[in-house]
Amino acid sequence: MSDTQTRARPRVGLFATCLVDLFRPSVGFAAAKLIEDSGCDVEVPEGQTCCGQPAFNSGDNADAAELARRAIVMLEGYDYVVVPSGSCGGMIREHYPELLAGDREWAPRARHVAARTWELTAFLHEVRGLRIEGVRHDGVVTYHDSCSGLRELGVKAQPRALLAGVAGATLKELPGAETCCGFGGTFCVKYPEVSDKMVSEKAADILATGAGTLLAGDMGCLMNMAGKLKRMAMEQGARPVAVRHVAEVLAGMEQDAPPIGESK
Amino acid sequence: MSAARDAILGGIRRSLGRGALDEARVSSLEARLAGHPRGQLPARAQGLDRAGLLDLLERQAKAVACSVARVRSAADVPAELARYLKSQNLPSRVEMSPDPTLDAVPWSAAPMLEIARGRPSGEEGVGVTSACAAVAETATLMIASGERSPATMNFLPDTHVVVLPASRVVGPLEDAWDRLRAASAAPMAAATMPRTVNLVTGPSRTGDIEQKIEMGAHGPRRLHLIVVEDDALA
Amino acid sequence: MLATSNEFRANARVGLANPTLQSALGKMKVGFPTKRAEAVAKLPEFDALRDQARDIKNHVLENIDWYLERFERRVNEAGGHVHWARTPEEAREIVLGICRRLGARTVTKGKSMIAEEIGLNAHLEKHAIEPVETDLGEYIIQLRNEAPSHIIAPAVHLTKDAIEADFRRAHSHLDARRDLTEPQSLVAEARGILRKRYFEADVGITGANFLVAETGSSVIVTNEGNGDLTQLLPKAHVVLASLEKIVPTLEDASTILRVLARSATGQEMSVYTTFSTGPKRPSDLDGPGEYHVVLLDNGRSALLGTEFQEILRCIRCGACMNHCPVYGAVGGHAYGWVYPGPMGAVLTPSLIGVENAKPLPNASTFCGKCESVCPMRIPLPKMMRHYRAREWERRLGTRVSRLALGAWAWAARRPALYRFAAARAMSALGWLGRRHGSFFNLPLASGWTTTREFPAPQGRTFQDLWRERRRAGGGR
Repeated sequence: MSDTQTRARPRVGLFATCLVDLFRPSVGFAAAKLIEDSGCDVEVPEGQTCCGQPAFNSGDNADAAELARRAIVMLEGYDYVVVPSGSCGGMIREHYPELLAGDREWAPRARHVAARTWELTAFLHEVRGLRIEGVRHDGVVTYHDSCSGLRELGVKAQPRALLAGVAGATLKELPGAETCCGFGGTFCVKYPEVSDKMVSEKAADILATGAGTLLAGDMGCLMNMAGKLKRMAMEQGARPVAVRHVAEVLAGMEQDAPPIGESK
Repeated sequence: MSAARDAILGGIRRSLGRGALDEARVSSLEARLAGHPRGQLPARAQGLDRAGLLDLLERQAKAVACSVARVRSAADVPAELARYLKSQNLPSRVEMSPDPTLDAVPWSAAPMLEIARGRPSGEEGVGVTSACAAVAETATLMIASGERSPATMNFLPDTHVVVLPASRVVGPLEDAWDRLRAASAAPMAAATMPRTVNLVTGPSRTGDIEQKIEMGAHGPRRLHLIVVEDDALA
Repeated sequence: MLATSNEFRANARVGLANPTLQSALGKMKVGFPTKRAEAVAKLPEFDALRDQARDIKNHVLENIDWYLERFERRVNEAGGHVHWARTPEEAREIVLGICRRLGARTVTKGKSMIAEEIGLNAHLEKHAIEPVETDLGEYIIQLRNEAPSHIIAPAVHLTKDAIEADFRRAHSHLDARRDLTEPQSLVAEARGILRKRYFEADVGITGANFLVAETGSSVIVTNEGNGDLTQLLPKAHVVLASLEKIVPTLEDASTILRVLARSATGQEMSVYTTFSTGPKRPSDLDGPGEYHVVLLDNGRSALLGTEFQEILRCIRCGACMNHCPVYGAVGGHAYGWVYPGPMGAVLTPSLIGVENAKPLPNASTFCGKCESVCPMRIPLPKMMRHYRAREWERRLGTRVSRLALGAWAWAARRPALYRFAAARAMSALGWLGRRHGSFFNLPLASGWTTTREFPAPQGRTFQDLWRERRRAGGGR
């Protein structure tokens, strides 16, 4: 804490997450811009891979712990660790300490990193009190609350508070916004029919809002919902919906990349 | 004792990594049973005077489809019962528990009522009982079985009418347990607990068909509470 | 009951393709959560009561042997009998023995999940004793020869029309032209038929929501009143209960009751909460002549002291399944045994072995909704994850998923290799998907692409781009 107080600009380690790294770098840049706008210096620690959640959720605790230790070494020197994902943020903040609880050396280090780790919108709103200014998005947007962010980290009001600063945007709440979209990591591969049923209902709810844009804070859910919405548009003539990570809109960087699943 | 009993208790102790509880532990558990501490009580059910309790009871009763009539004294009960039966197009023949509380009601004041005291016949009719307490918190009636209180009277009739002295209205459920405990000479235990203690909150219903609530699944489809406000009946 | 839990995926497909089930689930998914939310909103103390309810059960589980013995002593004092059963077989034989001694031909039954767990009905029928389910939902599924699909709403998978068809088939002695279009007429018909059966029954069997150590009472919670007529009219009342139903005092039961009905049906109290203590007293005007409690272990004592102990706090309210998106998609029968939904995904492998219920702990997105509504604060996802860990250790999972996950973790431990491979793979995928922006078909992700587009990556990895931009400009 003394570091943060003595230095004017806190050092933030941006843990991009593997899905952002691999599929959607634009979210990483949007997150970096927002963190800098909130008065922090951003670094992207070298050697980022996966937070270990797929292994952890599959019961492979040995691999998960190994990945957790690697991430801890990489992240423990920062004032804050910020993650543009409630799911990976929840892994670091809630599950690293649990996973390494029995390890005398690593348990305190896991708790140290966990205590400094924030989901992006929660960090911007709660820690930095960022107000979004000079950003425009004309149209109606709706918001899906990703499960881990919502229930593990309490992310609910923060993205909405930030979105309130976006000029031209109207938030139409999504009925069942807190219901899982059916992604669930390996779940969508192990039980594709069940996953499809869940995302179909989610997509129907999204379409019923009439919103032109769907936002959320987790790439896994976003890819799932975008994939379903696009297939419905292709095959059932459903209205197209632009799907984006909330950071892209908040950073005013929508022009940098087409919506998820769309081409330039 | 049976082999299964020994095996189960032994298995529990093995799983918990200990033997039978030691004396100190046992006496602390005995003390907990004897003291039967209360958990948190809902604020809504606390600190109410008689009028507040009756208002809460009535409000909660209506929320569970239990109708309520308040009368001033036992003398007003027969007329209220007759009025209720007429309003529901019910026959004036009623079955009535031989409950001493009901003995104090001057039933002859309503000669049109045909009253059969005793156990219920099993026909779908009107049953009248009293209750040992009413919990205003949730409009829950506590009815204990006994030599003058057949538990089946709470279930077999199609319409259940409860005559309740207002002094028996309490705030939270725990106060009703205390009333029941106070009614027995010995500390509460199996031997002093009535065979059946029914907590009745509204008339019988089911949601088993498409979660649509339908009244009168097996027990009474109507529940009517007559609260007697003066304390003569208490 | 024979478990088909290992066929969860196939069972789920059947459920997904069943329009009656889907229509019923559609109603359930809205009805139960809405009612619960309204009830919770009306009680500011709700979350504090959840903490206390959890603490009470934790206290019980630490001292459960002593509380069970105390309960037994009180039951004996009241003139009742406690029978201990290690296994379903022992429990069935105890019940059959009581029925035979009393010469029973008909037994009425209130809703009991333990009766389902021990397969009681089939056993009684095999010995020429007719079990009659009296809970409306249980009665309906008994007519259909089905298992319950929900622990508090056994027939929740059926629509009114399906039930009407069953009644017309089963009640063929009634006028075929009668009007059964309204649920009220179905309820009235069942009431009339079952009313006779209560008086015919020789033995009445109920479950128990609680066993109270202080008084030796068993407690049932119902809305219909069927459990009361079931226990009051026959010669004997037999209570089927598992060990963990015990609570110390009437006050403890009261605290848990405050969270039970609200979590289950959104009621503040269920209509009938009945405390039964021993048989009818000599001077009582009614009640059963005998009172028996069958205490079933069936693997529960072995859960104590393990990472699965907390599932023994469960009070069978059904909130976890009412709020579970997977249950809401596939229905309860997909889970293949007695207990569906999230609590079933933990309890089923606990009771019948994880090798007989491998898919259940995996059939969750870990969305966490179940834990967030559980009145007893049972960490259901965490326990499912423990089972996944056991499955991983014992190599029970499929080879493909194991290999894929292993390969991913292997690469993720090697950042240089990861970076190299990721850059090339994303570049290729990005190039392939550049026109359409997504994939209609991906060979290794056909489960996904059968019904969904798979969004294409942007082409470069974030880490490469970041490094490049920092090198070029030292900032953004």
